[in-house]
Amino acid sequence: MPTVIVDQQEIEISDDERLNGIQVADRAGIDIPRYCWHPGLSVVASCRMCLVESGRRDPETGKVSMIPKLVPACQTPATDGTVFVTNSEKVQAARAMVEEDLLIRHPIDCPICDKAGECSLQDYHFEHGQTERRADLKPFTSRRRPLGDTVTLFVDRCVMCSRCVRFCREVSGTSELMVTDRGAHEEINIFPGYPLANKMSGNVVDLCPVGALGDMDFLYEQRVWFMKSHDNVCTGCSTGCSIKVEENQDQVYRLKPRENSHVNKWWMCDEGRYGWKYVHDKRRVTEPCRREGNGYVNVEWSELPSMLDSELRKAGHLAAVLSPHLTVEEAYMLAKYIRDIDPTALLALGYVPVEGEDETIGDGFAIRAEKCPNRRGVEAIVARMGDGLVTWHEFLKRVGSEKVDAVWLTAGYKTDWNDEQVAETISSIGTTIVQDTFPSPVWDHATYQLPGASFAEREGSYVNHDDRLQSFKWAIRPPAGVKIEGQLYWQLLRMPGLFNARKVLDEISRGIGFFEAAAQLVPAIGVNLKVNQLAK
Amino acid sequence: MSNFEPVLLANIDKPDSHTLRGYEANGGYAGLKKVVSQMKPTDVTELVKTSGLRGRGGAGFPTGLKWTFLPKDHPGPIYFCLNADESEPGTFNNRILMEEDPHQVLEGLIESCFATDATTAYFYIRYEYPLAFERCQSAIDECYQAGYLGKNILGSDFSLDVYMHRGAAAYICGEETGLIESLEGKRAWPRIKPPFPAIEGAFRKPTVVNNIETAACVKHIIDRGVEWFQSIGVPKDPDNPRDAGSYGPKLYCLSGHVEKPGCYEAPLGLTVNQLIEDYGGGIRGGRKAKAAIPGGISMGLLRDDEFDCPLDFNGPGKHECLGLGTAAVIVLDETASIVDYLHNCCRFFAHESCGQCTPCREGTSWALKMLDRIKAGRGRLIDLDLLLEIGDSIGIMPGTTICGLADGAAWPIKNAIRKFRNEFEDYIKQTNPNGHMETRPVPAMELVQIV
Repeated sequence: MPTVIVDQQEIEISDDERLNGIQVADRAGIDIPRYCWHPGLSVVASCRMCLVESGRRDPETGKVSMIPKLVPACQTPATDGTVFVTNSEKVQAARAMVEEDLLIRHPIDCPICDKAGECSLQDYHFEHGQTERRADLKPFTSRRRPLGDTVTLFVDRCVMCSRCVRFCREVSGTSELMVTDRGAHEEINIFPGYPLANKMSGNVVDLCPVGALGDMDFLYEQRVWFMKSHDNVCTGCSTGCSIKVEENQDQVYRLKPRENSHVNKWWMCDEGRYGWKYVHDKRRVTEPCRREGNGYVNVEWSELPSMLDSELRKAGHLAAVLSPHLTVEEAYMLAKYIRDIDPTALLALGYVPVEGEDETIGDGFAIRAEKCPNRRGVEAIVARMGDGLVTWHEFLKRVGSEKVDAVWLTAGYKTDWNDEQVAETISSIGTTIVQDTFPSPVWDHATYQLPGASFAEREGSYVNHDDRLQSFKWAIRPPAGVKIEGQLYWQLLRMPGLFNARKVLDEISRGIGFFEAAAQLVPAIGVNLKVNQLAK
Repeated sequence: MSNFEPVLLANIDKPDSHTLRGYEANGGYAGLKKVVSQMKPTDVTELVKTSGLRGRGGAGFPTGLKWTFLPKDHPGPIYFCLNADESEPGTFNNRILMEEDPHQVLEGLIESCFATDATTAYFYIRYEYPLAFERCQSAIDECYQAGYLGKNILGSDFSLDVYMHRGAAAYICGEETGLIESLEGKRAWPRIKPPFPAIEGAFRKPTVVNNIETAACVKHIIDRGVEWFQSIGVPKDPDNPRDAGSYGPKLYCLSGHVEKPGCYEAPLGLTVNQLIEDYGGGIRGGRKAKAAIPGGISMGLLRDDEFDCPLDFNGPGKHECLGLGTAAVIVLDETASIVDYLHNCCRFFAHESCGQCTPCREGTSWALKMLDRIKAGRGRLIDLDLLLEIGDSIGIMPGTTICGLADGAAWPIKNAIRKFRNEFEDYIKQTNPNGHMETRPVPAMELVQIV
């Protein structure tokens, strides 16, 4: 196996790996500072922050011969016998020089900069910079201009790493951004009349190592150090990008992509990134109600489990509609509960929202037409715990022909998903229990109105279009009056203690072959459920 | 010296020297006929390699060796770029060749392309040379008509197309990978190497980039042979295996405070004194010399007591200069201010830095800001140390930049301050009697409005 020596540590890499100095140093636990290099973009080696000393160890004599000059670690391949020195005086001096250079024209307006707290320039300055400013003092400026509807540019903060330019050329494939002028007058710019308007534009803000590119949606909303970050999965479409939900005191401020080479690499689309606003929509339903006569009366959540239980147990033939917005665990628990009461209960997959067609952007990132996160997971539950897969449309047809006495309908969509006609069909059923986030015709006809959770409040697992199961925990608490579906089902099933999604997933992975691969602890990048399917 | 016969400039004063008729009247294209009918490409490469011809563009890399870096048996196309982006301040030898004797360059180019199996050549000419552009273009047109260019040149299997490409006036386009990027229609940001252009250059194909004067030399090597070429110049040092020697004639561009500035052809190895006295007619007005730039401003500065420095590929390096560069000698007499000289150099490099690498982009502009301030009478002695620190830390030699522009920016700073430190200190003390000992950062010169 090729061995690379980083600061005298011997790091073994596999034969087919093509790593550079930065990546191999990461394995040794050494962080080489960098601005322009990003694993998802081409190498330009222009910021010169990652300069290291490099050399080669002779395989026979073991003697190390060093290159006399500094080399950029990002551009230097790590092969057998490559030596990197990342902490010599020469390297430290070079880093201090680059930091000093970058701060000559930087406004240093950290107190009003959104990036402060997660800024590479700030962090590296404390770690590698000089204690004193030696360059002439420059009056504070902060020129700003919009690049498009989503991103604004603070011109003077830019360090010219050109990551954003390369992203638009190499990933989104739209090439809106460019560099204009030359030398110290260089600026990131757009061609007049052609703004940054691609469907992944928000990523350039994540890529920006400093505060030059600001997200218009997040601008001045929150200081980053007040926010807590929670791993989650995007529910915008069935791609299921790995994301982070960043919140402060149960208020979501932004979503960020989380690296997952199997799903979204380092990116997410704008639709997903800015698609969380409904979580805090004032129109969200927050009062559990029961129909009495022509009106509704409020019901306490504490009374609801027994109330629903007795209602369902005397109803007769039951049905449950499992929304593709439910987690696998929630869908399983509801299906199990309903089938426990009525072993012949009709299980159906809820409405699957589809908009337009699947769209592949630039180098392969896909925004899917199916605007829900968990069709595959819920489908598997419905098909295996019910009597085959029943879709929403088939369900509506069967409601007309079959006698159903009570239905438990789950939803959680952010767009309109039913109309008066559907509501009429549903209300022909005796008892309708509707769990949703927004009022709709079906909601208005329901016997029981149960406010449900949004994605940031849920806990559990989703299975994306490619049968990859990803687990996540809740990021924020639901608004007062809302009970998370999983918690309610847990109570209905009379399980001990608090809702624990992992326990449910254990049960599912033991009971349903499709989920077998999830029996082990699910890593942050999720598990591929197809692996075991193919082996059988 | 007296028996030296100029070849590169032999025809420039003859009537119609820029036309095919004028060129053929002096025996032009005879060498090309010999090459395409009697020689193999490898013969030509071998000939140029043994001649010891080193690139005339500035770096002095052996030309024949550069050609051998091309991949063998490449299915093609292989591109040849002729670098006519002559932007080094003080340099004008390519311009004279292109304006007065373009066919000489073209013949060398066609022969070079034959040697390298290149089927397409790009003539990258700087924007500021309209006459040279016109004359080269009409020379190319004449060659197509006469069968020296196009399909099956002179009845052989060899075909070549030459395209003129006019740059947009940026110094960095003279850097070979910057030139290639610019040629491809991109921003002229030099590429990281490896891969070198010989492996992956223009349009991701093997590419050779050679200077105009190099191409002209190739023509004469083919016409007159290796022995003639090696009889001129400075032979390689037998004790130094890494020395490739400095063979052949060279076009020296002499400018500045001399009586007769101009472009002179002389054997490599001429000293600065010889160039000034024998060709330039001495320092203007009988004054005393103070310093000279050995080869374009990026090469640094020679003090007057270093004027015995031979202007070959090794000479200036022995006097802390960067090298021979383009052999463009600019003479400064005793009335010239070195502070002004350095200010002007820094202004040039700050303006021309492409802005890709941080140390060059910021270092050149910082140096300029300091010199602006020194010139404005607000200099500090500590600025000299800061300038030297910038000079010592930017460039490909310390490894902090991608291309050599930063080295070119560093050398004037290093040479001027190290060789003329007293003059700088006196200037600062006189112009800033109260503040020259200040060490804290002071407000910058420029005031930018807050928008």
